[in-house]
Amino acid sequence: MSVKISKEKHEMPKQPADTRIKNFEEVALGYTPELAMAEAARCIQCPKKPCVAGCPVGIDIPEFIKLVAKGDFLGAAKKIKEKNSLPAMCGRVCPQESQCEAVCTLGKRGEPVAIGALERFCADYERIHGEPLAEMKTSDSSSGMVAVVGSGPAGLSCASELAKLGYRVVLFESLHATGGVLRYGIPEFRLPKSIVDKEVEYIKSQGVEIRLNVLVGTTVTVDELFEQGFDAVFLGTGAGLPYFLGIPGENLNGVYSANEFLTRANLMKAYLFPEYDTPIWVGKRVAVIGGGNVAMDSARTALRLGADEVTVVYRRSRTEMPARLEEIENAEEEGIKLMLLRNPVRILEDGEGWVKGMECIKMELGKPDDSGRRRPIPIPDSEFILDVDTVISAVGTNPNPLLIRTISGLALGRRGNVIADEQTGKTNIPGIFAGGDIVTGSATVIAAMGAGKLAAHGIDEYIRRKNGRGM
Amino acid sequence: MYRILEKEVLAPKIKLIKVDAPEICAGARPGQFVVFRIHEKGERIPLTIADSDPKSGLLTLVFQEVGKSTTELGMLNKGDTIQDMVGPLGTPRDIEKLDYVICVGGGVGVAPIYPEAKAYYRLGTRVVSLIGAQTKEMLIFKNRMEQVSDEIYFSTDDGSFGHKGFITEVLDDLLEKGPHPDEVIAIGPLLMMREASKVTAKYGVKTVVSLNTIMVDGTGMCGSCRVTVDSEVKFSCVEGPAFDGHKVDFDELIARQNRFLAEERLAMDRYLAGAGGCKCQ
Ligand SMILES: Cc1cc2nc3c(=O)[nH]c(=O)nc-3n(C[C@H](O)[C@H](O)[C@H](O)COP(=O)(O)OP(=O)(O)OC[C@H]3O[C@@H](n4cnc5c(N)ncnc54)[C@H](O)[C@@H]3O)c2cc1C
Ligand SMILES: Cc1cc2nc3c(=O)[nH]c(=O)nc-3n(C[C@H](O)[C@H](O)[C@H](O)COP(=O)(O)OP(=O)(O)OC[C@H]3O[C@@H](n4cnc5c(N)ncnc54)[C@H](O)[C@@H]3O)c2cc1C
Ligand code: SF4
Ligand code: SF4
Ligand code: FES
Repeated sequence: MSVKISKEKHEMPKQPADTRIKNFEEVALGYTPELAMAEAARCIQCPKKPCVAGCPVGIDIPEFIKLVAKGDFLGAAKKIKEKNSLPAMCGRVCPQESQCEAVCTLGKRGEPVAIGALERFCADYERIHGEPLAEMKTSDSSSGMVAVVGSGPAGLSCASELAKLGYRVVLFESLHATGGVLRYGIPEFRLPKSIVDKEVEYIKSQGVEIRLNVLVGTTVTVDELFEQGFDAVFLGTGAGLPYFLGIPGENLNGVYSANEFLTRANLMKAYLFPEYDTPIWVGKRVAVIGGGNVAMDSARTALRLGADEVTVVYRRSRTEMPARLEEIENAEEEGIKLMLLRNPVRILEDGEGWVKGMECIKMELGKPDDSGRRRPIPIPDSEFILDVDTVISAVGTNPNPLLIRTISGLALGRRGNVIADEQTGKTNIPGIFAGGDIVTGSATVIAAMGAGKLAAHGIDEYIRRKNGRGM
Repeated sequence: MYRILEKEVLAPKIKLIKVDAPEICAGARPGQFVVFRIHEKGERIPLTIADSDPKSGLLTLVFQEVGKSTTELGMLNKGDTIQDMVGPLGTPRDIEKLDYVICVGGGVGVAPIYPEAKAYYRLGTRVVSLIGAQTKEMLIFKNRMEQVSDEIYFSTDDGSFGHKGFITEVLDDLLEKGPHPDEVIAIGPLLMMREASKVTAKYGVKTVVSLNTIMVDGTGMCGSCRVTVDSEVKFSCVEGPAFDGHKVDFDELIARQNRFLAEERLAMDRYLAGAGGCKCQ
């Protein structure tokens, strides 16, 4: 074949920046069937499939792309679902540029195939045109009963996989809604909640029972779950405890943790206040501290809630920013300013308990630290004041200790994370498994899903052995 | 869904409901609370567990109508349901037998102090209760508190019942006279808890307060409820709500309670104007 392959990928249509900052609707509009087929035609079907190795769950990427190129979108969706039960989400939020697309052969001489955008297209196509969900048999409890704690991507994928394996699964969630970070953290304009709902419906149709408003550890303890007859427990409780920098002024009015800000906006729909009851307050000039996805989401949410000017303050340089490239670009397009190599030292008060400014210091990069990134060092006497009235702190989270401190003897790491085997999810306590952010600290949706799925097989093996049914 | 099985009006704007919530009742201990959401569009609101009966599975909540959500809750009647409720939340109070405690309750704060007074009283601790309200009419839980107290004093702002003035004045008198209790527990409006802590600090008497910070999840995930205690930031939904009153930065907390004042007023005005949907028909 001598068809010339374009060096550039087909861009996904997006809402124009000046329109989208006034609404909470999804920014990226997704491919049309024509665009998807054209993009799929760029894939050269490398025999060694380097892209597959870049995907944490090992989707057969060339195979599904081949089906897209032929126009068999439902077939492609099916192919993806062999490995990934939540493709509509991963296609949207995976950091593709550092995973599957990073190793795509085409990336060597131009832009890689837009694998994420194609995955998203297939999942969306199937949602609209596919067969309606058939109610599957409710799994009987004869093979065993498993309690899954937390309904984030780790818990959802673990529950789904266990249901497929024939277990009776009860999924416990402490909030009034499922999804974990997918629901309370990632905003509607990046991941519409109707998609999360759809995935949860799918899991319910597999026979998984979902119990909301149950805080495992207090409403019911893990010991009680075992007494109730559960054979195993999976902990997928995430890394939800925000930490603060510990600088003066962090408790002033107008300072939010990103978790509070995003939870109010997303889970509680405060952007629809007063139609919804939960209030949110955002001033005219907002500083967001941090450089990850959480910082970008907070900044873009603040803009949509009416802030005039939003500045992201990050202590390293642009290349070290952990946020997805696409989201940094989206944020800049929307008018968000990046203030790099700057670090806050204190937040100033207006005399009545509210924020009136933030003092920052300039930084330079020194030698690499243990994370491999160059360590930021303050430049003496370079302080300056940023004129802001709202500060959102997005500097990271720790595992929530609420549940794990109630399990006596559970082995924990230095930062309070649960220690679990990467391949099976096994903890040091027989029958207790764990995966996702609670084990790794804040990571990615696809990593959490992968861990949940592996743990499901670890649990299967454990229960079979326990019941003397071998492998 | 959580069904309201009993409802009682205790005083103007102060109501008691009993909710069918056996799972929460089973493990509830004094000092703990629940977070609930009335309906799909509601906010998440914390209320202390004023009583819980594991046998009947009934959870008692006592609340004062101060804004939109509590007013809306007050409109619900026996048989109505609350959409979501999670609990028990917060660190339970470690209650062991002491020789003597003083329980200071202000306004609707008498209800959350009741389970603690009851627990002490049952252990044989001498319990002296000081109950303050704006007026005689606003005084709640009088009989219940009498049943779990060795001695009880009252105050009203207008002098319509008991001492005329603040309940913290009665506390000051008692401590002045002595003997001193092992512990003072104060629950009520922030200003009252701050004042009670000041009074007890004079006499060096240990004081426990229960903080009503603004919360969202109630499980340690958002940091909305943070307070400074002994110069350290604490999440009161997890490490509290009870703290050493001498170490709490009350001034900061009082300022933080006003974070959403404008929005709360708007929500209330809109609700009263009927946009919230009239339930009369
Ligand atoms: C704002 C934001 C943006 C992000 N953007 C991206 C992105 O673009 N791409 C990407 O790949 N990753 C992103 N991430 C990271 C990603 O969302 C997480 O790594 C992933 O959600 C972790 O999944 P999880 O299942 O381990 O935990 P979570 O999603 O945190 O879910 C844990 C669930 O457990 C529940 N729970 C906790 N304790 C209990 C208990 N005791 N009992 C019952 N339930 C409990 C919690 O309420 C929660 O629902 C983002 C994270 C945030 C916060
Ligand atoms: C652990 C805890 C236990 C509590 N126990 C009780 C109780 O047993 N009985 C009772 O009457 N009240 C209790 N409260 C206070 C109660 O939660 C608030 O009165 C209620 O949230 C007000 O909601 P609203 O919409 O009616 O009023 P709003 O209009 O929202 O607010 C009115 C006032 O209440 C305060 N407030 C607002 N939102 C919250 C919130 N989420 N949490 C706390 N305070 C808030 C504000 O500072 C404001 O001044 C408790 C609070 C906490 C944190
Ligand atoms: S799941 Fe993520 S890494 Fe895997 S193919 Fe899809 S976008 Fe790429
Ligand atoms: S590496 Fe790129 S071009 Fe090669 S098969 Fe994978 S997606 Fe197609
Ligand atoms: S209420 Fe969210 S952390 Fe306490």
